[in-house]
Formats: sequence, structure tokens, C-alpha cells
Amino acid sequence: MSVFDESGAVAHVSPGRSTDVAVVPPVGPPGEGMRRFVGPGVVFALFVGFWYFTHHVLMSDARKFLVPPPHHVLNDAFFTWDIPRGTGGSRTGGGLSRNLEGLWSSTQVAALGLLIAILIGLALATAMSQAKWVENAFYPFLVALQAMPILAFVPLIGALFGFDFWSRVLVCIMIALFPIVANTLFGLISVERGYHELMNLHGASRWTKLRKLQYPAAMPSIFTGLQISAGLSVVGAVVGDFFFRQGEPGIGRLINTYQNSNETEQMYGAVIMSALLGIAVFLGFGILGRRVVSHWHETRNA
Amino acid sequence: MSGDQPLPVDASAAPDTGAAPVGHALEFSNLSMVFPDGTHALDDISLSVDRGEFVTLVGPSGCGKSTLLRIASGLEHHTAGECRVDRDSIGYVFQDATLFPWRTVRRNVELIAELHGVDAKSMAPKVDESLELVGLKEHETKYPKQLSGGMKMRASLARSLVLQPDVFLFDEPFGALDEISRERLNDELLALFKAKDFAGLFITHSIAEAVFLSTRVLVMSARPGRIIADYDVPFAYPREHDIRYDAAFAELSGKISHDLRGAHE
Ligand SMILES: Nc1ncnc2c1ncn2[C@@H]1O[C@H](COP(=O)(O)OP(=O)(O)OP(=O)(O)O)[C@@H](O)[C@H]1O
Ligand SMILES: [Mg+2]
Repeated sequence: MSVFDESGAVAHVSPGRSTDVAVVPPVGPPGEGMRRFVGPGVVFALFVGFWYFTHHVLMSDARKFLVPPPHHVLNDAFFTWDIPRGTGGSRTGGGLSRNLEGLWSSTQVAALGLLIAILIGLALATAMSQAKWVENAFYPFLVALQAMPILAFVPLIGALFGFDFWSRVLVCIMIALFPIVANTLFGLISVERGYHELMNLHGASRWTKLRKLQYPAAMPSIFTGLQISAGLSVVGAVVGDFFFRQGEPGIGRLINTYQNSNETEQMYGAVIMSALLGIAVFLGFGILGRRVVSHWHETRNA
Repeated sequence: MSGDQPLPVDASAAPDTGAAPVGHALEFSNLSMVFPDGTHALDDISLSVDRGEFVTLVGPSGCGKSTLLRIASGLEHHTAGECRVDRDSIGYVFQDATLFPWRTVRRNVELIAELHGVDAKSMAPKVDESLELVGLKEHETKYPKQLSGGMKMRASLARSLVLQPDVFLFDEPFGALDEISRERLNDELLALFKAKDFAGLFITHSIAEAVFLSTRVLVMSARPGRIIADYDVPFAYPREHDIRYDAAFAELSGKISHDLRGAHE
């Protein structure tokens, strides 16, 4: 039995249940200088402290290798460019270059999955906004898709699409789709009646209303959905790696490989790297959303 | 449906020949409205408004004033009688400015012209004129969130002005404004009215506003709304701010107020 059974739970986490509509305000309050970094800084320091505490105090000597101290992780997975296989008895090798390659592969999977999810999501939400029956027809299945753990779909996806790249992309699509649809639809149908009447008075077609009224009005919620989905698509790429193991290895598969070979420094390094990607993507879309809407959008905090 | 026929003569194309108008700019005859749920909103309304007339409706809340304007604009369909107006030449100003927050003031003013397919080149001078008329030219690059309530209303007015409609419908446009902004906008609206010579149909709950603006004030009964009183307002334009404190102004306001109190019973 692998000693990593508990941490292996990463693979079984149903990712991204935090997909309620409009959880994340697309436009945050203006920064209050450095003060906004104090809170996260304190939490981060506590976390690192706890990590050292676990290594030095909680773990018995025989198990210390399971939780290597942070500076070892940094050193072996970030500050060492390449550890060839066999170095110091390492079965897998590792180092920053290998992890970056894995990360790049996963980024491609996540980006493609996200792009397709955005296209499908926008189209679906638009169709739903135009006809109630479309909404009624699709919504239950989207909710089901959203509620089911991806694990349950693995045999089906594998049988249909194989166990490599496209199946990993599909996992990303499945995970990223719902927040886009839900938030876009919410934005499209939340336009006040007075605006629709103004457009109707001047003979605007449905398409004109969508283009000139509903899409622009929905931008803040669309970006909220995009931001959530972008983060989730990274999760999807990592999770997909655990199930669909053929082709170029992504960061998820590296995590899994390191785990199986007890390369804990490399494993933690890869985990941190995928987390950083998720955070970067989330922040990136947040900034993009703010750029697009902040000149006109009145925030709740304004 | 016969009630939806536009005017037989396109009034917007009529040159100032002084020829007798074939029809009114806006006309309701024996119009009634019962909503599908059975709410009897309007009963036997007959009313016409010509260009150069500014008619104001006052009446208890829920008596059908907005419904009448919605019928005139085509947003609602009446159930009996007739409504005659050229739907292509209506400006409709709501109580909410309904500006698009992602468009600047100027782009908001362009909206209606855009919807009517006016090309960018011929649009610019019209937009400029509208913005100047409401005094927003120097604020044209601002977004609605940067505007005060009064400025938003001005922008909304400018948007309706762009196509130079013959008929203007106003549904409590200044209801949400403070007294001073409201009076200032009243002055400006009158200036617009004199400049553009449209047919105005205005709704307000303020008797002073009704008397100050109008050539004619109609009082409506509680639902189903009927016209129960009809006053010509004798004051000549341009009307100065101070006529509000005239004895004749007070007397007319008193009469309307009395009728309104009766209507509420
Ligand atoms: N779509 C509808 N279906 C049924 N009843 C309606 C509908 N729209 C309005 N009504 C009813 O018709 C009546 C007239 O409404 P309307 O909005 O025209 O009143 P109003 O005179 O403008 O009132 P206020 O002064 O408060 O604006 C009200 O009793 C209202 O509840
Ligand atoms: Mg009303």
C-alpha cells in the first residue's frame, strides 16, 4: 500500500465546487497600497511555519522524507535546472526544466479546454437566453455534469476518446463549462426591462439587442465566469493527467510519478507549480475583466 | 389593426407651409384598455395633441397614465378605440434615464440614431446639436456613472432628441430629481419645446410642474382612468421661473389640486 494514499486524494477531489454565480466580483475594490498584502502574507507565513513544524515535530524520523522542508523543495524543484535520471539514486530525475515541460504541456491542455468551454458556453448561454425551452432542456444536464465527480466519467471518456491529449482536454471542458454558462446566462437575462423596451421601441431585432445591449451588460458576469473557469481548467488539466496517462506527460502525471517513486521534493515542487499556474490564470483573467469593464462598471464597493 | 395606422400624412416631412394639418400628431379616440388579467386600466380616452402643444396628464397613482403612453409608443396594445400616431417619430423619455453604462454620454446619444440605421457621417452633427441643446457637450466623453441624476436625465433627453421626433412622450422624467434640478430641467425642457415645436405628452405628479410646462393640463380619475378635467394654461411662452408665484398660477394649481383630491376618492 502506498504511503501516499491520503495525499493521493488530490485525484479524487471533485474540483471546483465553488462555482456559484457571481462569487467573485469581477472588479475588486481599488488597492489600498501595501496593506492588502498584509493578510495573505501573514497566512502564508503561518502556512510555511506549519510546514516546518510538521517536518521537524510531527513526523517521526522514518517518515520525515514524506514532508521535506520547504527550502529543500525550492532547491531541488525550482533552483536546480535538471536532475538527470539516476542522479543520487533518483529513479525519475527532476528539476525545474522537467517540471516546466510538464507544466507547459498541461497549460496547453488547459488553454485548449478553456477555449472550447468558452465557445460552447457562450453559445449555449446565448441559446438559453433566447428560448426558455432551450434553458429547460439543457440546464439539468449541466447541473448533473457539474455535480458528478470526473472520476465517474473516466471509463466512458477513455473508451470514446482514448487515454491521451484529447481526453485530458475534454476533462477541462467538462469542468470549466458550467461557470461560464451559468454566469453568462445570468448576465444576459438580468438586463432590466426598461432597456429592452427602449430597444424594442426603436425596432431592434433580437440579434441587435444581444449585440448592443445584452452582451455588453453581461460582461461583468461573463468575466466572473471566465475567471472561475480559467482556474478550474488548470485543475482539470492536472486531474485529467492522473486518469489519462498516454502521450506527453503533463504536470499532473509528473506529480503522480514522483509520488510513486517517493521523490517528495519534486512532487511538492510540481504541486506548487500547478498551483501557481492556477493562481496566475485566475489573477490574469481578473485583471483582464477589470480592464474591460472597470471604466463603466459600478462596483458594489464603489 | 386599424388603431395602429400611422398618420395618413407624414408630419415629419410636412414643410412649414402653414397648410392645415390633415391629422393630429397624436390622437386617441374612445380608447380603452383592459389587461389580459382583467385590470381595466383606461376607459374611453379621447385626446389629441398637435405640434406646438404640450399636454400634461395628472392623476392618482395606478390610474393608467403610463399605460396610455405605452400604448401610444406601441409597447402595449389597447383593447378598444383608436390610437393614431407616427410610430417612427416618437421620442419616449422614461423616469429612469436607461443610459447604457458602458457607453459614454456621446455614444448613448448615438444609440437611437444607430438603431435607425443613420450612418456615422450624418449622425455627428445631429448628436452635436442634441448634446448642445441639453448642455452636455463638454461632458460627452463621460460615462453615466460619472454623472449626476440631472445630467443623466439630460443625456436621456438628448438621446431622444437626435432623430427630431414630432411627438415626445415623457413619463415622469424628473420624478427622481431634487426640486432645484427639476425646476432647472423644466426651464430647459420649455426651451427645447419652443425650439423644436414638437407635440408633447407629459406625465407628472407635480402640479406646479404640470402648470409650468403645459399648454393644457388633463386630470384623470382613479382606475379605470378617464379624463375628468381639462384646463388650458393661459400663460404665454417663454415662461419665466417666477410665474410659479403668480396669483393666476396659484389659482389654476388650486383647481387642479381640488380635482385630483376628488379623483382619489
Ligand atoms: N401588464 C399589466 N398587466 C396587468 N395590469 C397592469 C399591467 N401594467 C399595469 N397594470 C395595471 O394598470 C394600472 C395602470 O398602471 P399604470 O402604470 O399605467 O399607472 P400610472 O397611472 O402610470 O401610475 P403611477 O402614477 O404610479 O405611475 C395599474 O393598476 C397597474 O397595476
Ligand atoms: Mg406610471
